[in-house]
Amino acid sequence: MLKMLEAILAGKIATENIETTGSKRLRGQLRCADGCSGCGRCAAACPVQAVAMEQGRPQIDYHKCLFCGRCVEACAEKALSHSNKERLADILSDSQVEVSRTVTAKLGRSLHVRHLDAGSCNACDFEMGATSNPIYDLHRYGIAFVASPRHADMLMVTGVVTRNLEQALRMTYEAMPQPRLVMACGACAAGGATYGSTYAIVGKAADVVPVDIAVPGCPPRPSAMIVALCAAADMLDERL
Amino acid sequence: MLVKPENLRGAANICSGGGKHPLAAMFGADETLRGGGLAIYCLFYNAEKRSLDVLKTEFPAEGPFNYPCLTTLLPAAAWYERELHDMFGLVPEGHPDLRPLVLHESFPSDFHPLLKQTPVDCQCHGRREYEMMTSTGEGLFEVPVGPIHAGIIEPGHFRFSQAGEAMLQLDAKLFFTHRGIEKALEGKTPWEAMPIIERICGACSVANSLSFCQAVEKLSEAQVPYRAWLLRTLALELERLYNHVGDTGNICAGVGFSPVISMGARLKEYLMQLNELLTGSRFLRGLIVPGGVTMDADDKILEEIDDVLKEVEKVYADMVHIMWEQANFVNRIRTTGIVRENTAFDLAMVGVGARASGIARDSRKDMGFGIYDELDFDVVVEHSGDVEARIKVRVGEVAQSLSLVRQLIAKLRRNADTELQADLGQLRALEGSWGISESARGDNIHWLLLDENGRLDRCFIRSASYPNWPALTVAVQGDIIPDFPLINKSFELCYACIDR
Repeated sequence: MLKMLEAILAGKIATENIETTGSKRLRGQLRCADGCSGCGRCAAACPVQAVAMEQGRPQIDYHKCLFCGRCVEACAEKALSHSNKERLADILSDSQVEVSRTVTAKLGRSLHVRHLDAGSCNACDFEMGATSNPIYDLHRYGIAFVASPRHADMLMVTGVVTRNLEQALRMTYEAMPQPRLVMACGACAAGGATYGSTYAIVGKAADVVPVDIAVPGCPPRPSAMIVALCAAADMLDERL
Repeated sequence: MLVKPENLRGAANICSGGGKHPLAAMFGADETLRGGGLAIYCLFYNAEKRSLDVLKTEFPAEGPFNYPCLTTLLPAAAWYERELHDMFGLVPEGHPDLRPLVLHESFPSDFHPLLKQTPVDCQCHGRREYEMMTSTGEGLFEVPVGPIHAGIIEPGHFRFSQAGEAMLQLDAKLFFTHRGIEKALEGKTPWEAMPIIERICGACSVANSLSFCQAVEKLSEAQVPYRAWLLRTLALELERLYNHVGDTGNICAGVGFSPVISMGARLKEYLMQLNELLTGSRFLRGLIVPGGVTMDADDKILEEIDDVLKEVEKVYADMVHIMWEQANFVNRIRTTGIVRENTAFDLAMVGVGARASGIARDSRKDMGFGIYDELDFDVVVEHSGDVEARIKVRVGEVAQSLSLVRQLIAKLRRNADTELQADLGQLRALEGSWGISESARGDNIHWLLLDENGRLDRCFIRSASYPNWPALTVAVQGDIIPDFPLINKSFELCYACIDR
């Protein structure tokens, strides 16, 4: 008992500011330098066909991208590289909003989220769990995970939709009150190309339910999820 | 050893040596494209030979596909045989429970995806029967839970047959996240397969890639560089650490013991950040490739790992201290969710689950894969088989892993090699090959066979959670239903890993 009190009282506040830049080795958003010869090796190397050549330059479909680094490895001119910045959720991507400012503005707002694993590898789910840990403390933004779709404003879908879970996804969505949002979290739910198309896979989340916001990443880091959740809180506000 | 289907049972009995060599895995293969028929492979652990014994039986392409079941002889075969029935249409005669396992209601009953004639993206719909196993009697009632759970958990459906508060029987319907990965891998080169192999399961990314890469490397003459093995082993132990530390905290979530949940979550986060520092991925993805590793760790990274682990060790010790001094917590975990040694033995359990029930099975020692033979560590064993024992095994293994990581850091500092990857050259075709590694949940086995073009003809993945899931349904019997989350978390089995 004493040890517990000691740990609680002596422990400093663990919660940190949200950083969307990772360690030096983090494989984040891709950038293509001027040296690009347009050879298209990056597109050929991509395991999920997320790279397309447009006017001699690679265009990345971040919904599908696994951030695996194969395209960078394949680049003949060493023009393509990963930055260590996260690729943020889609509705935020064109406005580089300063995170701390957004976060302050969000205080006092509420978003209740129901998680649904539609066929993920559990990495997204683990990272979603991590958003509630003392370092990220999702609660400080007025966002919470709830136990039932009946209590939820938003459905956060992870994983490709499998045949064995298609019905569960539809029923969970239908059980939610309106207005409701759907977030496709991670490359599987957003792009659906991770494992190719098989007899057991229906597709991405948008093939089954309407999706409002897509979070790139395989898996997205907890910080990217929190930025996306804050953006979703804004969207909900507009709909109310 | 190759036998006729009617002799499989007798041969399996001999191979298992009266239980001395437990059944490690059982799977099928369609060899019709190579002039054969269907085949069943059985793998048995052989600790004396530090290897797996392979037993094979072949069915002619035109059938019949019946054989006397192994389940009544080796209970560990029960799920494997249900899976063989689903995926290949092989019929184990005398199987006590031949309900579907992998394919749920939306598939036709004669649909067998792993047959070569079935296209990979075949979308056929039908109606299969899937009945949950329940008990009936006066006063008994059922509690259905899932597949969508209240927390952030993977999907599975549990059907409890209750006698008041006590759980009389539990039937688990899993494989909701079945993505058809084994079929998706067919036709890919090992290199093309890697992004998928790493994404079978998030929490076992390293173990899955390491088993797969070892299976591939056995088909080559080339040697994986020593430094690559140091880094691979480092990654495997870091994976074990973040899993065990996080799980210790998470078990406490089963009883709402908040301070420890927070401490565990915090430590796990620091370890995940360390993973990103080392590999650029919080799940250690992108490091291990066939032939070696893609990245080195310089002195600065090694020092950072050393520093973070010192802090983790200190806080983890406090955390464990707090757990054991709470009498009401210990009261909840002691004698809860018992798996007896003979049950663990019969089900051929692996990993933490087996070691908490008195079975000292650890592929790092038993098989000595990679460089484990030159590292100093103990296999932690407990005997009571309850939740407390499984926590104690994890606590002991965290200490062992910390020591292993330190030994590896010392070796990496002394080692001046720069070679990280070997060119595997031409890989031998049409030769079955297996790889094993010890994940946080137990040994993880991959078996593969390449066709003449060096592409995967068949890849079978047996994760550590597979043999342990049936044990969970045994462990809960007689305990009260509020203890289910606690017992479930004490095993902390992956769904994605077994569902594939």
